[in-house]
Amino acid sequence: MLIRVSTDRPVASSEITPRAAWLNRRDVLGAGAALGLGFAGVSATAAPTPRSPLSTDEKPNRLSDITGYNNFYEFGVGKSDPAANAGRLKTRPWTLRIDGLVDKPADYALEDFLKPLTLEERIYRMRCVEGWSMVIPWLGFPLADAISRAQPQSAAKYVAFETLYRPDEMSGQRGFPRIIPWPYREGLRLDEAMHPLTILATGLYGEPLPNQNGAPLRLVVPWKYGFKGIKSIVRLTLVAEQPPTSWSMIGPDEYGFFANVNPNVDHPRWSQATERRIGEGGLFAKRLKTQMFNGYDSVASLYSGLDLRANY
Amino acid sequence: MRRNFPVWAVYGLGFVPAVAAFGAGLSGLSGPDPIRALEQSLGLWALRFLLAALCVTPLRRFAGVNLLRYRRALGLLSFYYAALHFLAFIGLDHNFDWAEIGREIVKKPYAFIGMACLLLLIPLAATSSNGMIKRLGAKNWTRLHRLVYPAALLAVAHFIFAVKSWPLEPLLYAGAAVSLLALRLAPKKSRSLEQAGNA
Repeated sequence: MLIRVSTDRPVASSEITPRAAWLNRRDVLGAGAALGLGFAGVSATAAPTPRSPLSTDEKPNRLSDITGYNNFYEFGVGKSDPAANAGRLKTRPWTLRIDGLVDKPADYALEDFLKPLTLEERIYRMRCVEGWSMVIPWLGFPLADAISRAQPQSAAKYVAFETLYRPDEMSGQRGFPRIIPWPYREGLRLDEAMHPLTILATGLYGEPLPNQNGAPLRLVVPWKYGFKGIKSIVRLTLVAEQPPTSWSMIGPDEYGFFANVNPNVDHPRWSQATERRIGEGGLFAKRLKTQMFNGYDSVASLYSGLDLRANY
Repeated sequence: MRRNFPVWAVYGLGFVPAVAAFGAGLSGLSGPDPIRALEQSLGLWALRFLLAALCVTPLRRFAGVNLLRYRRALGLLSFYYAALHFLAFIGLDHNFDWAEIGREIVKKPYAFIGMACLLLLIPLAATSSNGMIKRLGAKNWTRLHRLVYPAALLAVAHFIFAVKSWPLEPLLYAGAAVSLLALRLAPKKSRSLEQAGNA
């Protein structure tokens, strides 16, 4: 399947959804007076976001689901811990280091780094390795844009990512026993990183990213399990060899480097054949069949010739 | 005070968490994934009641507190919660998809350990009545009910296998279970001495 890279073509003004309609469509304004006021306050200044052809037309989860049900072990292992504890994290100032096998390594102040970039909305399915899923309207830009700016050298084959390590503000990093050898690390093959579906997100639902969702900058790779979406990124390094990644360091037979969503390859602890869509059906929700590559079939060509059973 | 606390009240109070968890799930108060919340809550209470039942003997032996008359209620509550936990797993979590449930129980350690634990609890619940104690005889009954020890170990193993990495909570429960079983290995003093100590 051919993918149109949305950033390469101008968006017709007729395609741009007015912000008020966009918000109404998701019933966010009804979510509560406080939220409603919050949105009203910024809607006068924010520009409408172009709609990407890479977005799913499935109904996004409620904002409260997306911001209240998180795996972000830097703030605790419970699903509601990040929402409770992430407020202490200071995301300003924020420095993003891009280094390794690049011609232009640099430490960027995040605002400067983001200035030349155009943010766009991407509504993606998110499948957690634990067997649940959500639909999330991210706001972000292709990771390829960030990598290109650093001018990778020909020897660069992988991208390594690192989360902030700041135990003073991230209570989970002080926790016992140590769940993860901090800092959290992730990695992508360079062709995966350059794929147009792969984005760095700075917001969701048209607003800046809440801390518990990985503010101020996080990775989103919609055809991989959610744990690949490293949060609160401080460093991006181009490397020649496959970098170590946190969950495969903890359990190499449970979590692989690729971590592509694959209903045919079980996690050793539980089946991956089905998933439960969060926020739908309440106590009597039906499971959905999990799709290969989480339904993002266009990425299959990245893995032709690779045994996905061995390279899980 | 303790003597006056009726056994039926233990059952009454014992079911409060189940009713609360189900109510919270129905009314949307248990968060974005009410099925998982209910399932986990029922399992956790099954484990808590099991450990509570296992506290009775050490409390009597080492602290001189006799709660023996509540032990059956605690054990049965544990079984009821384990059964409800299993029902939530097959019905709510897996929509009675028997093929998938069967695969999961055969192939996944957390599921078959949990299943084995529930199977061990069934004969204990079935022989919990005074009539059954009489029919089996005290000696046989006591021997049969030692199955609660492997059941407790399976219960905490089930918890550990169901989570990612090594978070603290299941390890604390595992520590409690192992400690409660280890207390039973303490050398027994002669009966008269023990009674004198407790008097």
